[in-house]
Amino acid sequence: MSNLSVDPSKRRFLVTMTSAVGGVAALGVVTPFVMSMLPSARAKAAGAPIEVDLSKVEPGMQLAVEWRGKPVWVVNRTKEMLDSLSKNDPKLTDSASENTSQQPEYCKNPTRSIKPQYLIVVGICTHLGCSPSYRSEVAPADLGPDWVGGWFCPCHGSRFDLAARVFNGSPAPTNLVIPPHKYLSDTRVLIGDDQGAAA
Amino acid sequence: MQKLLNWVDERFPLTSTYKAHLSEYFAPKNFNFWYFFGSLALLVLVIQIVSGIFLTMHYKPDAALAFASVEYIMRDVDYGWLIRYIHSTGASMFFVVVYLHMFRGLIYGSYRQPRELIWVFGVIIYLVLMGEAFMGYLLPWGQMSYWGAQVIINLFSAVPFIGGALSEWIRGDYVIGDATLNRFFAFHVIALPLALLGLVVAHLVALHEVGSNNPDGVEIKKLKGADGHPLDGIPFHPYYTVKDILGTVVFLMVFAAVVFFAPEMGGYFLEANNFIPADSLKTPEHIAPVWYFTPYYAILRAIPPIFGSQFPGVAAMGIAVMIFFALPWLDKSPVKSIRYRGPKFKIALTLFVIAFIGLGILGVLPATPLYTLISQILSVVYFAFFLLMPWYTRNDSTKPVPERVTQ
Amino acid sequence: MKKLFFMLLALPTLAMASGAAIHLDHAPVNLNDQESLQRGARVFVNYCLNCHSAGYMRYNRMQDVGLTEAQIKEHLLYAADKPGETMSIAMRTADAKAWFGAPPPDLSVITRSRGADWVYTYLRSFYRDDTRPTGWNNTVFDKVGMPHVLHELQGQLAPVYRTEKSEDGKEHHVVDHLQLVKPGKLTQSEYDALVGDLTNYLNWMGEPAKGDRMQIGLAVLLFLGIFYVVAFYLKKEFWKDVH
Repeated sequence: MSNLSVDPSKRRFLVTMTSAVGGVAALGVVTPFVMSMLPSARAKAAGAPIEVDLSKVEPGMQLAVEWRGKPVWVVNRTKEMLDSLSKNDPKLTDSASENTSQQPEYCKNPTRSIKPQYLIVVGICTHLGCSPSYRSEVAPADLGPDWVGGWFCPCHGSRFDLAARVFNGSPAPTNLVIPPHKYLSDTRVLIGDDQGAAA
Repeated sequence: MQKLLNWVDERFPLTSTYKAHLSEYFAPKNFNFWYFFGSLALLVLVIQIVSGIFLTMHYKPDAALAFASVEYIMRDVDYGWLIRYIHSTGASMFFVVVYLHMFRGLIYGSYRQPRELIWVFGVIIYLVLMGEAFMGYLLPWGQMSYWGAQVIINLFSAVPFIGGALSEWIRGDYVIGDATLNRFFAFHVIALPLALLGLVVAHLVALHEVGSNNPDGVEIKKLKGADGHPLDGIPFHPYYTVKDILGTVVFLMVFAAVVFFAPEMGGYFLEANNFIPADSLKTPEHIAPVWYFTPYYAILRAIPPIFGSQFPGVAAMGIAVMIFFALPWLDKSPVKSIRYRGPKFKIALTLFVIAFIGLGILGVLPATPLYTLISQILSVVYFAFFLLMPWYTRNDSTKPVPERVTQ
Repeated sequence: MKKLFFMLLALPTLAMASGAAIHLDHAPVNLNDQESLQRGARVFVNYCLNCHSAGYMRYNRMQDVGLTEAQIKEHLLYAADKPGETMSIAMRTADAKAWFGAPPPDLSVITRSRGADWVYTYLRSFYRDDTRPTGWNNTVFDKVGMPHVLHELQGQLAPVYRTEKSEDGKEHHVVDHLQLVKPGKLTQSEYDALVGDLTNYLNWMGEPAKGDRMQIGLAVLLFLGIFYVVAFYLKKEFWKDVH
């Protein structure tokens, strides 16, 4: 082996080039494998948007439906319930729904809904994923005299008001999530897809 | 960086391993085309393991769900079709590469002393690979999967006395069923791959202990320079790494061409009947094993039953595979490489290749009296290559082997 | 030695020279003809999907042939509620077995097991045969269990026999060709076109990813071509050292 005409810079250049092309190749190979772990067409079909008939929900009552395997609550709030919301504001962590990841833009309002009457919310506690219970009664013995209705999480005691906003001092850090949704007619709502209304 | 490396080296032989197996592993400088297939086999092993892991994420080893889960992978999983085709193509390409790798060993005498153990490990790898391929082939649970496995497992029932019980034990049922699928899955995804990895390590450790053979069949370690390195040796890295990169790219072109443009490969890599779910009541008209098993299948069919027993055929098929183990001790030639061997070996090898390929083709075709006769002749040639080897290699004329490798 | 390697590569074509001959017409399949695929999809949903399922195919996959989800919902979604569902049918396998002898096979991958040419020829080869329980037979699939579902469109064909002597000297009647005896709603060329569209759709449905596969494959091969050039010069540069 004699090094007659070795040009180190040429070698370095070729090694760099090969490494670069090889890197692109590796990226190209990794991509389909990573993509294969995304939700499949079956999972997407199972998690497809659902239609809910709001006329079935009586005033003051909660209807639980399933979307993407998670409970979604549809609550028909009475006028008293809606009036009570603003009273909670000083006691709430995020009363004005400033955290944009917790609701679509069109629900960033005092009632956290499109129509004030109907609240549509994902029923999973933002603390550790339990499903809170609906406690619409006012001032029950176990929740204290200040309780004006809302949700109470049995796991770690997080409290949410009737706009699913979290009370100060709860372990849950944020308000419950409002899913994307859209009214198809006056009484039919599509949950899971707002067909671009947020944009 | 150097400090970190020192830290590691004091605790783990990183640098010394790198040197021993790559930068200071001296390989003969005259490797040719045939020497690509060893590293390519390693590449295919990696491809199969990675694509296999991702298929396992979606596949269901259940007789009621298996076929559907494969179609689920082909349609519903993002890029599932690609991963599945990579795996199915990889299975066939593995055998293409391994057969060429074994042929390299044959022509250059790579199995000869002192490399007998490398060869033995290699033949075990080949056997495990056949098991791996056979069991993997059942998993899509199509008609060919089912009936192919049915035929092969029934071979075991030809074993005298214990045959019936043996095949039932293998199936875990009276026919191929859910139990069979489940256990084949276990063997295919974990047991055999683990064995394969261990064997590949043993194959490579043995190779790097004695050093690579080369197309001239001369021992490069006999002549060393002042620096203690073989005169005809070059460090594996960078010389053979850059060469293997080139070989890998060419191989990947072939591989990609099959995966993207001919994944069925005219029915040889994926058979049409395997797109029909397994049906234990209906045998497809013509069943043949996958192409890489057909030489042995042809030998099986060539041997007529003796006293109403299929066992001789089954035994012949088994011996046809096992006889590879004996090769290092059958070859009595004073030279290794075909370059310096005489005409007898060259003729014998040519006949053997014709017999192997011929049997492979006959194994795909339906058995007719003429084809059976040809199969019988070719089977005799196949075995004669091995059994007569001590004779024709000992008294063959040879050419003088040079001291150093030639260009 | 290299010659031998290429001989090995040529092996598949050598071994292909087998298989008995029923003459099959060439199916006009074209994955890029979206209009044909859409027409075929409609024929499939209207005529086939009553008895045959396509249990691995999701309705909304038809977006790949240029239909919108709204179009799928409006025109093709009879047997399911959601476009994300698979093309399953209500008929139970046990009932199907009782009615037809064998349950109608799932058609998701029918062209992959039978081939598009077979399907195309089969659907055009039904003829009247009163000896069969359904009243129909088929020159491609003798004693088929399926009646001629599309006969209103094609009309009725009757066989024209020809006499053949077998090796032992006995004479047999074999179907030479089929002749139209009662016209249907479509002319013959219209019917052929309709079956062509249907076969095209079935062929697409057998592997919906095929179009992507070809495109990605081309890109991969082009990329590997570039890789080859770089790797070639790299190897050449280093191997200058070796004499």
